[in-house]
Formats: sequence, structure tokens, C-alpha cells
Amino acid sequence: MAEGIKDKVAIVGMGCTHFGELWDKSAEDLMVEAFGEALADAGIVKDDLGAAWLANCFDEVNLGKSAIPLSIALKLPYIPVSRVENFCASGTEAFRGACYAVASGACDFALAMGVEKLKDTGYGGLPDFGQSLGTRNRLTFPNMTAPGAFAMMATRYFDRYGLSREEGKRILAHVSAKSHHAGALNPKAHMRMEVPVEKILKSPIVADPLGLFDCCGVSDGAACAIVTTPEIARELGKDAVYVKALQIAVTSGEELMLPGWDGTYVKTTRKAAGRAYAEAGVTDPRAELSVLELHDCFSITELVTFEDLRISETGKAGEDVLDGFYNLDGTIPCQSDGGLKCFGHPIGASGLRMIYEVYNQLLHRAGDRQIADPRLGLTHNLGGFPNMSVCSIGVFGT
Amino acid sequence: MIGLLSYGAFLPRYRLDRGAIFKAMGWFNPATYGAARGERTVASHDEDSVTLAVAAGIDCLRGFGRDAVDGLFLGSTTLPFAERQGATLVASALDLPEGTRTADLGGCHRAGTGALLAALDAAAAGSVRRALVAAAECRVGKGGSTAEHLYGDGAAALLVGEGDAIAVALGSHSLSADFVDTYRENGARFDRGWEDRWVRDEGFKKLLPAAIRGLLSQLDLPIDAFAKVIYPCRYARDHGGIARKLGIAPDKLQDPLMGQVGDTGSAHALVMLSHALATASPGDKLLVASFGNGCEALALEVTEHIDSLTARRGVEGSLARRAELGSYEKYVTFRELREVDMGIRGEFQAPTALSVMWRDHRQVMGLVGTRCTACGTPQFPAQNICVDPECGATNEMEPYRFSDRSGTVFTFTGDNLAFSVSPPAIYGTVEMDGGGKLFVDFTDCDLTTLRVGQRIEMTLRRKYHDRERGLSGYFWKACPIAEEPVAGEEVSHG
Repeated sequence: MAEGIKDKVAIVGMGCTHFGELWDKSAEDLMVEAFGEALADAGIVKDDLGAAWLANCFDEVNLGKSAIPLSIALKLPYIPVSRVENFCASGTEAFRGACYAVASGACDFALAMGVEKLKDTGYGGLPDFGQSLGTRNRLTFPNMTAPGAFAMMATRYFDRYGLSREEGKRILAHVSAKSHHAGALNPKAHMRMEVPVEKILKSPIVADPLGLFDCCGVSDGAACAIVTTPEIARELGKDAVYVKALQIAVTSGEELMLPGWDGTYVKTTRKAAGRAYAEAGVTDPRAELSVLELHDCFSITELVTFEDLRISETGKAGEDVLDGFYNLDGTIPCQSDGGLKCFGHPIGASGLRMIYEVYNQLLHRAGDRQIADPRLGLTHNLGGFPNMSVCSIGVFGT
Repeated sequence: MIGLLSYGAFLPRYRLDRGAIFKAMGWFNPATYGAARGERTVASHDEDSVTLAVAAGIDCLRGFGRDAVDGLFLGSTTLPFAERQGATLVASALDLPEGTRTADLGGCHRAGTGALLAALDAAAAGSVRRALVAAAECRVGKGGSTAEHLYGDGAAALLVGEGDAIAVALGSHSLSADFVDTYRENGARFDRGWEDRWVRDEGFKKLLPAAIRGLLSQLDLPIDAFAKVIYPCRYARDHGGIARKLGIAPDKLQDPLMGQVGDTGSAHALVMLSHALATASPGDKLLVASFGNGCEALALEVTEHIDSLTARRGVEGSLARRAELGSYEKYVTFRELREVDMGIRGEFQAPTALSVMWRDHRQVMGLVGTRCTACGTPQFPAQNICVDPECGATNEMEPYRFSDRSGTVFTFTGDNLAFSVSPPAIYGTVEMDGGGKLFVDFTDCDLTTLRVGQRIEMTLRRKYHDRERGLSGYFWKACPIAEEPVAGEEVSHG
């Protein structure tokens, strides 16, 4: 039985740019900026890096294929650099590569960089999926968008738990309102404003029943992490955050093709969470986790993730939401940096941005948003669609 | 006994009030006022002659095994491709056997009856055992024209061959005449014609009676031997006038459906025939004639087997399934007659890999997935390894057709961000009776009334139109049904 990578990888440096509609910045600018912050944080030099991973999702509309753009932008010293892509889990996928590199002993320091320039695509929302679904699926899959794919989960959730459209949407509005509160406090966030529940409820419908404020920001940005072994981290004498678990689960097609899955939860999240908790030694997540950065691409995604992570009871996440359990001043603050909702969602960077917030919270560097005495933080990315997804979960501690 | 074994029809759900057409374009041609009565059928943005023919074919084949069909004759003057056979597309969508003989008939509005005669002859000659005859039309008239008011979209289908024929052919008579009431050059979108008065007086009023009289004399039967006389004529007054001239009693004249449907071109005689067959009794003689570069007339006699054929949706079912299109602007947009701002999502169209389309044609055109022979689980798209983790059998799949099964809505959304010619784009997942799930677009439905658990059936539609490369891509969409399919889904007619 493999023992996993718990406490075998230390994060010693992280960087993250301001996220937003960065019309005057290129992907190269963003990568250089995030890398500079991480390098200074880690207190190492570029030549210490033994390998690097680049995460970038919509390659056809910004960086192009391969890892060469990262290597050239940072002038990396002819080390192995790989580009990875796994929909919205891309950033965490890059981080996994870096973690495995140091945990295996293949190198001392590794870099994971995620970047996305969504505002150069010409689309409001994400670019069309037409191309990325593949030549075969394009012939039969609906002409869908991300909000539509997740709206279908809201339709199921409301139906399954007997929520009227109004009741369901009110719960979802509270999910978004709480993230706006935290995002307003975050100088790097894309959307820094409080938005009241009533305004959220009145927002125009994007994909029924989801409205504009149920959807996350579509942003430009970059985030990165430098990882090493615990031994080297101690030698450096740096504050470090340790990887307690890192898991990815990808669908086998059951949700798409088999009856049984009821569409009110995400199977890959449940699988990845189960493995991550086992790897990290978490037995009671509601009691043990201190801070959450969840993949709130849409309010409904965050709501069902509370249940899939076994923090809220199945069908009752709404009660916790309305009770303020996940608020910045709640029992387990969720999206203390504003989440995808307000920090923004440059796909390839998002997983690393979440780790950046958990890292800062655990090292007490979160400023106005600092949570008292955080012990364990969890990050969660959901790529794809509820019926065909890839989920990555990371658990971090000091 | 060789004859007609079954019939079916399909008319699009959308109707456009002719008053709305006149309101929009009457200023341009006030003379169309006379045509601006009643309503006409309008194909939805995702329908064309191919999809209409498939829908009529499904109605016709209800209860009949598809494997026994070995011919398909399609009549239409509005097939989407000049080069790519419509009949093959329809046969592919109906998942007919590979050995099916297919042929398109076009050129004039006798193409529907021409297809029927070709099928009857092929069956009589023993070249086909059972042939599906389909005729479909989706015509556009120029803005401000009478044609725009009078044309309708629709399709009909007949199954012809050896078996318990519901009607047998008594004989036929054809007149071929280069009488050009309308014509359309290759590649042209709109037809042209000559003065209506000439078309009526020298065309319909002379050629139709001539063909009908020719048939009567050949059969040595008087006109009153026929329980119904069926012929389209887009000029309402002349439709009755021709009947009076031939001595056809008003109750024996088949309703030309101009007030509810419009003239469906080469499909119309067969649409009217399908309508007549729905209420025909054993022993009834039916006379069917069509007009277009001449005339065709044929006589049928209904047999006792008509009573054992389970009900078809047919014309009445289609008429009951009605929704108002609402505006002329929507019609113009659906037919791509006006450039609309499709936005970046609508403009972007990846090329269709024709190699993939062929490799997976049974999946894409026929909605044929796989069923695991080890555990019995139906699955779509087709899989090599069973998706059920309890089974996981490799390469133990058999083809499994979903297109003729009903299902229920599992979930859905109405997406305002996704491109659709008729926003919001409604799509979702349906669970099919007998197992399997489909993740598909929805069509012919309203977001306000759609519910989880609602019953649906599958309908072939145009999934996209790649205008840049001139290619329509087809796939199946879920369509809510108000009531269960007509009784007898299990009844097999062989």
C-alpha cells in the first residue's frame, strides 16, 4: 500500500498576481511577476530549480502549446519543464507534478506555475467548448457552456430536496454574498465589492436557474509555488507549509452514462475527498479543517461541495450557509480570499491561487482576512462538468 | 399482397399566423392580402427537409421492424445538399439496413407521388421487399410574396411492400408537361414563376382534371366511386372549382389543409393521403393526384387491414402539437434570411471531420449506442469497455438503438450564454426507458413548462449549420411529449 506524500513536500515560496481584466498585461508579464514574488519568498535563486510545471488551459487562445513559453519567460536554466492541462484542475495538476518531483527525490526544488489570459479571447465567459470537447463529442454533445452544465446540477438539487426555485436561489445567493464580503477585503481580488443578497437574486439569468452573481469572475492572472523537501525547508530556516494530502479523481463515465448518480453531488469530489482525508489522517473534517478554498465556479458547485467534503450533511448545506457557518467569521471560513467568485478564475492559475491563500492563512499572512489559529486548510478544484469531471483536492498544514 | 403497409406524417410544431406575415410585409405587396388568412407551419431553426422526412418515417414505421425495410425513396425539392443523398441520410437516421436501396426524387412537386409510384413498382418487380416512401419540403418564398404566405413545411411517409396491406394500388396515370408554374435554377434559394392567373387557368384547372380523367378512364371508374379525392392546390378557390368541374361531392374532397399547414410542395399530396388514411374504412377507394410539371394520379383501395394498424400520430397528431412562432422576424431568422448578430460563440464553427462522421455514423445519425451483452447495460456513446464498474466487460458490446425509445427528463437548463438560433439553448440529460442516459440538446419545448421527470422522445434535428463550409450536422434531441406515444408501442406489425 502506497503511503502517499503526507509531510514529504514543503511549500517554501508562493506568488500570485492581482487577478482581473488585465488588458495591459501579457501572460509573460504575469508569470514573471508571480515568479518574482515566490522566488523572494523562498529565498532561493533560479538555478536552484530542478524542474518546473506550467498549467494553462485554453492554450489555443493564449500561450500556445508546450512548456516553452514558461521556460523562455522566466529564462529557466534548461531544466525539465512540462505543460499540463486538466480543465479547471490544471493549476493543482502542475502543483502535483512539482510535489511528486521533490517527494521522489528527483530534484531539490520544483516550480509549479499556473497562468491564464482569458480576457484575450474575445468572449464574455469562458471561450466556447466547441473545440476542446474533441472532434467526436462535438458532433453529439449539447452546445453547452460552463454555467449551463452547472445549472443542471442546481435543477437536480432543487428538485431532489424539494426547494422551490426561490428557496434554492436564496441559498445560492448567500453563498455568493459571503464570498463578496471576503473578496472586498482582498487587495489582489478581481471583484472587490460587497453585494447584497437581494441584488444577487435580481441579477439576470445566465443559465437557468443561475444568475450573473451565481457565476465566478472570468479573469487574467498567474500564481505559482516553489516546493522542496521538509529537510531542505528546515535547513533554509523558512516558515513552510506542508502538503498533507494531494489527490485527483477523474470520472470513468458512470455519471454520464449510468443511472444511479442523482446529479446533486459530484462523484469525483467524494472520491478525491475520501482519499485525501485518508492520506492526511483527517477523520472528522467538520471538526478538523480550519479554512477552505473551494471551486466556486458557480454558487451551486460550492454548495454541493460542502456536502461532498462531508462537512455539511447531505441535503443540508443550505442550513449551514444560512447560519453563516462558512462566513469569514464562521466556524470554517470558506473562500477567505473571495474565491473564484471574487478573486477571479484564470483557469490554469486557480488551483495555485487557492493554495496561495491557504499558505498565507496558515503562515498568518492574510492581513484583514486572517483567520484565528488555522490548523488545516483544504483546496478543491473541479474541472469539466458535474457529469464528466476531474477533481483535485489538497490538504495543507504547518 | 403488395400495397401500402403503413402511413405517417409530421408537421413542425411552429405555426405562423399569416396575418403576422402580412403585417410585416403587406406594405410592400398589398396584393398578398388575399393570401393572409389562417396560419402556416414553419420548420424550427433546427429542422429541414431531412429531419422532417425522418420524423414522418418514424411515425410511419411505428410497430414495424426496421430490419425488414430494404428501400427508401425520398421526394423533395428542398433537400439541403445538391450532392449528398437525402435518402441515404434519412435511411441512416432511421437505422435501416446497409443493403437498403435509396433514391432521391426531386425536380418538381410530383416528386412525392413519384417516389410512391417508384416504390410500388420496385415492390411489384420484386426489387425491394419493403420500401419507405418519404416526402418532405421546407420552402422559402421571397419576402412580400404570396408564396411566403402559402407555403408550409411538412413531411409524410408511407411504407410500401409485401404484407398486410392497408391499401392496394389500382392504377396510375401520369402527365409529363414542361408547364413552368415555378422554377428554381440550381443553387438558387427562391423560385420564380409566371402570372397566377395563367398558372391557375392553364395549369391546375386543365392539367389536374386531365390526369384525373385519364386515370378514371383507364380504370373505367366514375369519380363518385372514390370515397376521397386528394389533390393539393394552393389556390383555395380553384381547389373547389376543380372539384365541381370533375363532379366531386364536397364531402369527398380531401381537405387541402391550406388554413392550418400551407402547401408543403412535393410532400403535400402524401400529407393529405396520410390524413385521409387515418379515417379511411375498408373498401374505400382513394384518388391521389399531384401537380408539378405535369400531373400524376393514382388510385388506391383501402383493405380490412386498415382497422388493425395501430394509430399513427399523423396529421391530426401533428396539428394538435402546436405552438405559435410569434413573429415574422423569428421566421426570417430561422430560415437564415436575415443576418443576425450571432456573437463570437455563434460565429465560431470548428470544421466537421467527415472521417469521424462516417466512422461513428450509426451513433451520430442513428443514435445507436452499445449494450453490454454481459450485464445488459445500454450506454451512449458507444463503449468498448462496459461503464458499469460491477461488470467492466471488454468488447462484449452489441449495437443498441435509442432513437425509438422514450425517456424522462433527468435534468436541464436554459442557457442564455450558449449560442442558439432560438435562445435560450435548452439542453440536459434524459434517462431512457430500458436503460441508458443521453446528454443532449432539447428542442420543441418551453423552459417555463419543462420539468424534471417529464416524458420525452428523441427527434433528429440539425445540430449545427456550418455556413462557411456549407455543411449541416445532424444529431438527436430530446423533445417533450404531452402524452405517451400512441397505444401499441409494443404492438408489432412485423
